[in-house]
Amino acid sequence: MGVNFWLIQAFNGISYGALLFLVGSGLSLIFGVMRIVNLSHGSYFLLGGYVALTVIWTTGSWVLAIPVAALAIGAVGLAMERVFLRPLGFDPLRQVLLTVGFAFLFQQAALDIWTGNNFDINPPDVLTTSVQVGGLFLPLYRIFMIATAAVIGLVLWLAMEKTRMGAMVRATVDDAQMARGVGIDTSRISMLIFALGAFLAAMGGVIGGAFLGVYPGLDFEMLPLAFAVVIIGGMGSLGGAAIGALLVGLADNFGKALFPEVSYFTLYAPMALILAIKPTGLFGRE
Amino acid sequence: MTSRLKIAIVIAAIAALAIVVPFTSSFVILLATRALAFSILVMSLDILLGFAGLASLGQAAYLGVGAYMTAILATRYQFGLGYDFWLVVVLGMLLGAALAALFGLLAIRATGVYFLMITLALGQCVWGLAYRWNSLTGGDNGINLGVRPKFGIDLADQVTFFYVVLCFFALSLFAMYVLVRSPFGRSLAGIRERELRMKILGYNTWLHKYIAFVIAGAFGGLSGVLWAHTAGIISPVNVELTTSVDALLMAVLGGAGTLVGGVIGAFIVVALREYLSTLVPWWQYVLGAVYVLTIFYLPSGLMGLPERIRRHGGALGKREKLSAAPS
Repeated sequence: MGVNFWLIQAFNGISYGALLFLVGSGLSLIFGVMRIVNLSHGSYFLLGGYVALTVIWTTGSWVLAIPVAALAIGAVGLAMERVFLRPLGFDPLRQVLLTVGFAFLFQQAALDIWTGNNFDINPPDVLTTSVQVGGLFLPLYRIFMIATAAVIGLVLWLAMEKTRMGAMVRATVDDAQMARGVGIDTSRISMLIFALGAFLAAMGGVIGGAFLGVYPGLDFEMLPLAFAVVIIGGMGSLGGAAIGALLVGLADNFGKALFPEVSYFTLYAPMALILAIKPTGLFGRE
Repeated sequence: MTSRLKIAIVIAAIAALAIVVPFTSSFVILLATRALAFSILVMSLDILLGFAGLASLGQAAYLGVGAYMTAILATRYQFGLGYDFWLVVVLGMLLGAALAALFGLLAIRATGVYFLMITLALGQCVWGLAYRWNSLTGGDNGINLGVRPKFGIDLADQVTFFYVVLCFFALSLFAMYVLVRSPFGRSLAGIRERELRMKILGYNTWLHKYIAFVIAGAFGGLSGVLWAHTAGIISPVNVELTTSVDALLMAVLGGAGTLVGGVIGAFIVVALREYLSTLVPWWQYVLGAVYVLTIFYLPSGLMGLPERIRRHGGALGKREKLSAAPS
């Protein structure tokens, strides 16, 4: 195991973390604003990949697939929040069961529409090459993933910190009741954040589809990872989600490379410990 | 309905199962055995959910350790295939309780949504080990048990095994019923309703919840031992998140806080998952719809139906409007 091993693993971990950031940041915002344990978040990731496949098959354009899939699934999320979650009121248990019910419905729908085969999303040839950096061959696609996540993260951060809307979201995360008291329409905020979360997850599904693939069961594989990101980073915090995603990405990669037999344990055990010691996560807002 | 009448109904239902099931097809016997074994896990979850007010998202972990222990002992050491089966039952319960004692230390302080999250994380720990620790658990493929125990009676015989599981089930139901009716169970319900008041009254609420958590773990382990021999195989699928969520749905579908409600829920969901899936390809729509409709229209579960019908003078049409609390 030379230096190269560590560098390559770190690079892979960071790029995987970039993907996890797309899934986790939305989930984290949803949790922060609505205090909902959304178990259909993995389904948005998977459905995003499937919709992108359909777009690619019909138009042949990968570039078009990303926004179309993200917007379509964002709309699905928006409808789900308005029609089902909003009337339900606040009860964690019932929310969990409702979202998991939807996860099953989405699973079956995906099976009916896109069959149970494994698919890969092929990015344009430009992105499939490698670049050489100081003796290391780095796949350009992974660099693209990191760049995308960085841009998205930056846009989200600016929107959260610099706009009036963002201030309203932050107020809702900190104290929803108080936010309502000063005239913030928290119901609208919830709706937008839920749609945004679905949007980001679907985008992750399209981008991740190139190296994870798109297949039944991927939804429930991504879901616990997304939760790990949220919990380690802290719920409702963007910066936390970024650090959480990076940590989970690195832990997952090094865990699988160094001690494969306990690799998932090394991921979830710290997550449980963090929750026990500081329930709002490492960087959560109190 | 008096509680004596309710007990009579439950005993009659168990007796009816004991009489009717052996005359059905072998597939139905297998499904009934599965549902009964899983029911023990659901009832143990109901102690937490319905009586202590703790919704756990990681209950499959206890079924998992019980089942993996049984499978590993049976395949590696040929242990638990004779009279020592009873020892395995005890060990399974102890292991489930020990795991819950460990997990409870981390989880019990959390409430509401944080309790959901932390039990999810703990459940995933066990899943991760089951999935990845190839040399111990067989990884993704799991472990095939091969033979069932034989001691005087041969558990390989389906009907015999069904009766054994039914006995375990009835004993578990009885034990848990006694537990929730005891002063301990009453104080659990008190904690569910208003923890602060119980604290002020001088109850150690943490300890109450912790003990309930450990007891639930023990029954989870028992259900795992039975599950391993019922299914004949144990794999990470039995420990994953969806299994825990299924257990939660079963408890809520039947009616949380009723114990037997969870059993009804278990029979319905097992029938959907295992029986309906052999008939139609779109069975998951039904399962998903059951989840969604239960949440919206049956907040008190199937066991709450008679009460609701009575309150509405038998008129089901006038369904009460669900009170939507502001979030």
